[in-house]
Amino acid sequence: MSSKLANLASSIRQNRAFAGAVLMLLALFVLYNILHPRGFSSAVLIQNANESVAIVFVAMAQTIPVLLGGLDLSVGAVMTLSACIASVLVNGSPLQIIMGMVATLLAGTAFGFCNGLIVVYGRLQPIIATLATGAIAMGLALFIRPKPGGDVDGDLNWAVTNSLWDFVDTYGFFDPDAAWFAPVAWIPVPLLIILVFGAGVWLPFRRTVIGRTIYAIGSAEGAAYMSGLPINRAKIAAFTLAGFFAACGGLYLAIQTASGNADITQAGAYTLNSIAAVVLGGTSLLGGVGGALGSLIGALILRVISFYFRILSIDPLLQPLVEGLVLLAAVSLGAVRVFRIKNRLDLFR
Amino acid sequence: MSEHPFLQLTGVSKYFAGTRALESVDFACERGSIHAVLGENGAGKSTLIKIISGVLKPDTGSISIDGMPVDYASPADANAAGIVCIFQELSLVPDLTVADNISLAQPPRRFGMIDRRAQREIAEHLLARIKCEDVDPNALVRDLSLSRRQMVEIAKALGKRPRLLILDEATSALTRNDVETVYGLLADLRQDNVASLFISHRMNEVERLCDTLSVFRNGRHVETFAKGEKTDGQIVRLMIGREVDAQFPPKPAPTEHPAHLRVNALSWEKRLKGASLTVGRGEIVGLGGLDGQGQKELMLALFGVLRGVEGRVEVGETSGVPGDPAIAKQAPRRIALVPEDRKTEGLMLPMSIADNLLAASYAYVSVGPFISPALESQAVSEAVARLQIKIGDPQDAVATLSGGNQQKVVIAKWLMTDPDVILLNDPTRGIDVGTKQEIYRLMRRLADEGRAILFYSTDYAELIGCCERVAIMYDGAIVAELTGDAVTEEAIVAASLNIHAGAFGVTQ
Ligand SMILES: Nc1ncnc2c1ncn2[C@@H]1O[C@H](COP(=O)(O)OP(=O)(O)OP(=O)(O)O)[C@@H](O)[C@H]1O
Ligand SMILES: [Mg+2]
Repeated sequence: MSSKLANLASSIRQNRAFAGAVLMLLALFVLYNILHPRGFSSAVLIQNANESVAIVFVAMAQTIPVLLGGLDLSVGAVMTLSACIASVLVNGSPLQIIMGMVATLLAGTAFGFCNGLIVVYGRLQPIIATLATGAIAMGLALFIRPKPGGDVDGDLNWAVTNSLWDFVDTYGFFDPDAAWFAPVAWIPVPLLIILVFGAGVWLPFRRTVIGRTIYAIGSAEGAAYMSGLPINRAKIAAFTLAGFFAACGGLYLAIQTASGNADITQAGAYTLNSIAAVVLGGTSLLGGVGGALGSLIGALILRVISFYFRILSIDPLLQPLVEGLVLLAAVSLGAVRVFRIKNRLDLFR
Repeated sequence: MSEHPFLQLTGVSKYFAGTRALESVDFACERGSIHAVLGENGAGKSTLIKIISGVLKPDTGSISIDGMPVDYASPADANAAGIVCIFQELSLVPDLTVADNISLAQPPRRFGMIDRRAQREIAEHLLARIKCEDVDPNALVRDLSLSRRQMVEIAKALGKRPRLLILDEATSALTRNDVETVYGLLADLRQDNVASLFISHRMNEVERLCDTLSVFRNGRHVETFAKGEKTDGQIVRLMIGREVDAQFPPKPAPTEHPAHLRVNALSWEKRLKGASLTVGRGEIVGLGGLDGQGQKELMLALFGVLRGVEGRVEVGETSGVPGDPAIAKQAPRRIALVPEDRKTEGLMLPMSIADNLLAASYAYVSVGPFISPALESQAVSEAVARLQIKIGDPQDAVATLSGGNQQKVVIAKWLMTDPDVILLNDPTRGIDVGTKQEIYRLMRRLADEGRAILFYSTDYAELIGCCERVAIMYDGAIVAELTGDAVTEEAIVAASLNIHAGAFGVTQ
């Protein structure tokens, strides 16, 4: 038992940045609920969760190329493209709906795969390759959905944007008022989606050889190559997985808004926010250090910060300014570790 | 002579997240002296000099220079006070030129901008002083071999006009000639009343050069004495706390070894020009010659790193140059390469010790696509035990290990792949006497298990002590092979130098 505790202590020591992000999120979220007139209610939690899903997935998508030591400027665009595809395909009979969702996820994944191929075989820097492919993705999105709109299955929209109780109720799997179900009935479905598709994919992936190789490339590509690790496969896998996560975000966004919108500004904002979330979550932009769960937390922090604007009356004109200042402060909090470091050489890692 | 020692440390301690690197150390060194700091890997030598040179702050204790307490906030402060250090892990910027690097901190300026001509002249002057005229000041540092880089480091340090010059294993990759130059240089500096601290695991260097010796063990300063007061054996005993008997394991009786690695007329760019060589199973073949004669390229070519290699390579029944390290390390070839530069080619410094140990052998600890934590931790603890690597927690970053222990991680990593052919590029660089012995024994044991070993070293004594056969390289080809009793220092030097003299006419 004590060895388990020691393990826990050492893993916290090694993931100080992650632990710090979790603490920051908890503090911000609790304070938010205290200030909110209807704080600590299921309704507020559900609404918050709904609005967080897309950015969480996009941030997780961004993490993986960042771990390689690159940046993916196409994540927002791939999310938008996927949302537009979903707005066309996700309706009709239950089978058609499922096929539509699968097709959406496949499309985004395939787009990420192409990003990977271009980076590896075109020998391009990720940032520049994805700048171009991001524009292509926006072009495709506009082609599919020249004007905002679309028709996404209404039941599905209701079912996945509310609590587990509503989900079961909508599809009538069983009696949602069953006694055994009560303790979990309040859980918002969007939170579950994040956990199942986000953590459920990332945690096992991290433990594969490919996952390890991604970290190794970000730490020292030369050494990784000399160790005979599958460099090219790992890079392609990294962008493919990024495409998958971005597609998850797009699919959810389409279902949540019951429409698709090829909005270039929005896509750009998602991409930039994803980078901020990755940094907030403790992943180094130099690569090799961090993880997608950190970015999940980082994205939630960004979101909670934006929720504050709703309950505090701040002049909308000032909002971007305040947002920028708060973001700067939040990122600097991560830099507090600098004061604890005794070996100044460690600063440069 | 003033009444105070030049440099004085009093009660200095330093701890890293639980591990003790230094424990109430008192240490002094005088002007006009070359002072050796000895100790096994992880004894705290690098930590000591990092504290002296302002990289680390001591947890307790104080430092004074000329009797005045000092507290440097950064290496730049220490430099300004004339304390110049060449760190074990080199600190050159690979993407800048040699001249840029030499004047990195204080470049000559004209009208506020860097004066490139003056900078070049400074570099030429300093390089000439250490007899490195062959290094082009306009070359990028990344294109230099490790030994040239070490020489550039020395030139850079000289340019800062030190009062105290610290060399932390700064000669570990140098060949005989360079080392002689550095000896001469340090002797000159001693004349000028400069103090030098010299860290090296090569006892003969320390013997030749230093007048005072200090031994460290487990973070404590054990003893300081003048040269000649103790025998080698006594010194080693102070360092590692036990006797060291014969340095090299006995060589087996000469036998025929079935050839396993056959290299025929290997050529690449202008660096390899028809190198031919065979290594048998159960044999340790040494690779000698002056530095930079293609030894490194030969190993890289065999390991599949170089593109456009011509010539024949056969490993057992398999022929052809491997296209990639990933192919080279797999069956049927099973080649391992312990590379020259552990920092860029050997280790992923921010990653954990465990990950680094496993980097080449994930396949052995995976179940399906997933890495099994149980197999992983078992393999890691076996590797740590096998090479007696001094670590705290295997999950700590490998960057927290001392230099010698990092090198052991690289060696252990490749042994975990259970290779048939082992290419060793200066594997004992920065490793202490006791561990060196372990490694020699390990090499012998690996050979006795029927593996083929090709062993490049810049230390002639090692080649003589370990190898049945030594191939001497010159200008990209093997020009001589010495066998059995013919493997002597004179023969190796002659084989490398004769040709050297022949090609350049005048040098030597
Ligand atoms: N940044 C760090 N974090 C944690 N531990 C460290 C760090 N730097 C050094 N240590 C530990 O301090 C001890 C002394 O290390 P140091 O580098 O001074 O050894 P050394 O005598 O220079 O050895 P070597 O001959 O191998 O270079 C080692 O046990 C090492 O693991
Ligand atoms: Mg050291």
